[in-house]
Amino acid sequence: MRFETAGAPHVIAGFTVPRVMTQVLIALVPVATAQVALFGPRVLLQLAVCAATALACEAMALRARRIEARRFLADGSVLVTAALLALSVPPLLPWWLAAFGTAVAVLLGKHAYGGLGCNPFNPAMVGYAVLLVSFPLEMTRWPVPSFGAPWDAVTGATALDQLRTGLGQRLTMQEIFVLPPFGLLGDAGGQWINATALLGGLYLLARGIVRWHIPAAMLVGLALPAALAHTFDPGAHAAATFHLFSGATMLGAFFIATDPVSAATSDRGRLYYGAGVGALTWVIRTWGGYPDGIAFAVLLMNLAAPLLDRYTVPRIHGHPKR
Amino acid sequence: MAPPGRFADGLRLESHKARAMRHRLRAAAAPACAVIALDQGRGDADPVVGPGDRVFVGTPIARPASGVAATIHSPVCGIVREIAQRETAAPAGSGPCIVIDSDGSDARDPRIAAPALESLGPEDLIARILEAGIVGLGGAAYPTGVKLATARERSVEHLVLNGAECEPWICCDDALMRERADDILLGTRIMMVTCGARRATIAVEDDKPEAIEALRRASSALGDDRLEVVALPALYPAGAEGPLLLAVTGLEVPHDAFPPSIGLLCQNVGTAAAVASWARSGEPCISRVVTVTGSGVGEPANLEARIGTPLAALVAECGGHRGEPRRLIAGGSMTGTALATDDVALTKAMNCILVATALDLVPRGEEMPCIRCGDCASACPAGLLPQQLLRAVTSGVTAEAGRYGLADCIECGCCDYVCPSRIPLTSRFRAARAEARALAADRQRAEAARRRFEQHQRRLAMQAEAERQAFEEARRLARGDGAGRSDP
Repeated sequence: MRFETAGAPHVIAGFTVPRVMTQVLIALVPVATAQVALFGPRVLLQLAVCAATALACEAMALRARRIEARRFLADGSVLVTAALLALSVPPLLPWWLAAFGTAVAVLLGKHAYGGLGCNPFNPAMVGYAVLLVSFPLEMTRWPVPSFGAPWDAVTGATALDQLRTGLGQRLTMQEIFVLPPFGLLGDAGGQWINATALLGGLYLLARGIVRWHIPAAMLVGLALPAALAHTFDPGAHAAATFHLFSGATMLGAFFIATDPVSAATSDRGRLYYGAGVGALTWVIRTWGGYPDGIAFAVLLMNLAAPLLDRYTVPRIHGHPKR
Repeated sequence: MAPPGRFADGLRLESHKARAMRHRLRAAAAPACAVIALDQGRGDADPVVGPGDRVFVGTPIARPASGVAATIHSPVCGIVREIAQRETAAPAGSGPCIVIDSDGSDARDPRIAAPALESLGPEDLIARILEAGIVGLGGAAYPTGVKLATARERSVEHLVLNGAECEPWICCDDALMRERADDILLGTRIMMVTCGARRATIAVEDDKPEAIEALRRASSALGDDRLEVVALPALYPAGAEGPLLLAVTGLEVPHDAFPPSIGLLCQNVGTAAAVASWARSGEPCISRVVTVTGSGVGEPANLEARIGTPLAALVAECGGHRGEPRRLIAGGSMTGTALATDDVALTKAMNCILVATALDLVPRGEEMPCIRCGDCASACPAGLLPQQLLRAVTSGVTAEAGRYGLADCIECGCCDYVCPSRIPLTSRFRAARAEARALAADRQRAEAARRRFEQHQRRLAMQAEAERQAFEEARRLARGDGAGRSDP
């Protein structure tokens, strides 16, 4: 009797890239819900525009690269990129700008480097950064959060913005923190977004989709300098909790910095990588001119990832310490 | 990205052992025609019989030629029909085999007699174990005598008996431990004498409580406090030599050395049982216990079968095929070799015959690019970064692959198992390792050729020099003689 032959192992766990991406999308549901509740249904439009653009660009790029489109379109990674970008940009951003940012993310950020698994930079953050430097006004106009927000929201400064301008106007922390954009923990709207992103992040941790190294290191890397600065100069620096619950901190820690393709790959490398993202975020928020520091911090650490990988190869069993 | 079953030190896999363990260990019928591959898993042996020769059960039929092959004995009594190329389990798919027609009498070679153990010193014991053709029955098929001799040279302290049997489906050691615990302990004590070990640990995974119980009972009956039975957590690949020794002793085997260099020796429990059966009757290694299992087999069981029995006969003995057999695997589902045909005979290295149907296999689906998730690194028992090693191997840079530990890969399949991109990592590494070995062998050959050439040149130069000197000498003498004659 004849039999088929194949190399060992003959069984695999059956976990697949599409299932990984589906889990990430599921984990984004709480934060998307919070955004809809705070900023109105425009968020859904933004998500739809980004998703449609991303799929169209992906299909186009695959076609141009003569790669079987069906399998790669179905892997879901491009939808994750689209969702992350849509949830990072202000909901009031004109739809064609959102579409433009998505196209940059997918075409330049991902396919120009060889597609899935080959991109050195986080594609969503490439799109975000290009939008931010090209359209700084539109990219900083966030709606004032209010539950059950209507379509046409009023824009206002975010807490991170207000803090910067307030300190520039030589206001005291007490004066700044009673202004409208501030809430209990951080940004009045941002604290809800961060809390829901944290919830989704914990789900990813529990499902083993992301491992703890990057999120933990990033949150510590952000909170530690913030806490130190706040302790020594409370008049000029906000507390660590403010940083943890403002801007895109939790989204960045659990969904953006954890993109495995563009992050460092060994456990130790991921600790350094995460800590670097956190620390750079604090530096950019404190001394930089941008509304938030996550995107640039991630892109800068993406640059450092190959170097981290080179110097954090773990010791192989039976070998002396490197 | 954790698939179900990823733990810190290995994978928790479904064991699939219960069905085969429902039956007691039994002897399989001796084959009417035995086909004994000259390569029993460790290179070819040289036949010492020819067509037409009459052999008994236990008559030596092949001796080690080179490398680490072991003596092979006839598993049946009969006439050698031919020595011919047959399909085998070797990677090449075929190899030279001695084909023996049995006369059905099962007459033993008259020279076989139970050894007088008391009168044999350690060196004699090692020589006799080597002569009995006993090899590592865990699948490595390395001659036990050679291993014991190395261990003796290095004065090994601690003998570790591997009864972990971590791979799914395989349960031949479990059956042996349950039913022949006394044999295993006897074999262990003989091996301790040969290598001078002062203590022995029998390591069994904790999903085999009956085996542990049987070994503990036999051990306390013996009252030998140098023997210890320990339960290991049932995690794949706990039974691989490196991880096993680490778990039992806390010691790591250096990458460029063997366990005896750190005072350890690892032997399979089946090997210990084979040593015991030689010690009791003098019978050489002509049979082994093999698990015949899989959803494609009617009544899975553990059989004590003669080496050289066709696999088809063993499957027939276990109720024949059932369902739609798709893959015939020599070994377990994680590291076993898929065979193209069941017209292959049992070798000393085969611990399991897995007849897999679609139920037992997971289709790989299409391979996706690596997303560097690092699941493979968390699963790797050797501490490698398979995602980085894959990059190095793909780009063909051998130095880079070496840096990421290509030589340290134990080919356990854990990285493959967890990979969400379904990349056949183990196959890639296996191929790259073979290539690296071939490259190293080439380099060695080239180096040897260069040395030979240089020596040759040196010899020629020396010869020319000697000739020149002899000529000069002769001329000087001739001249001197002439001068001498005219001088006085």
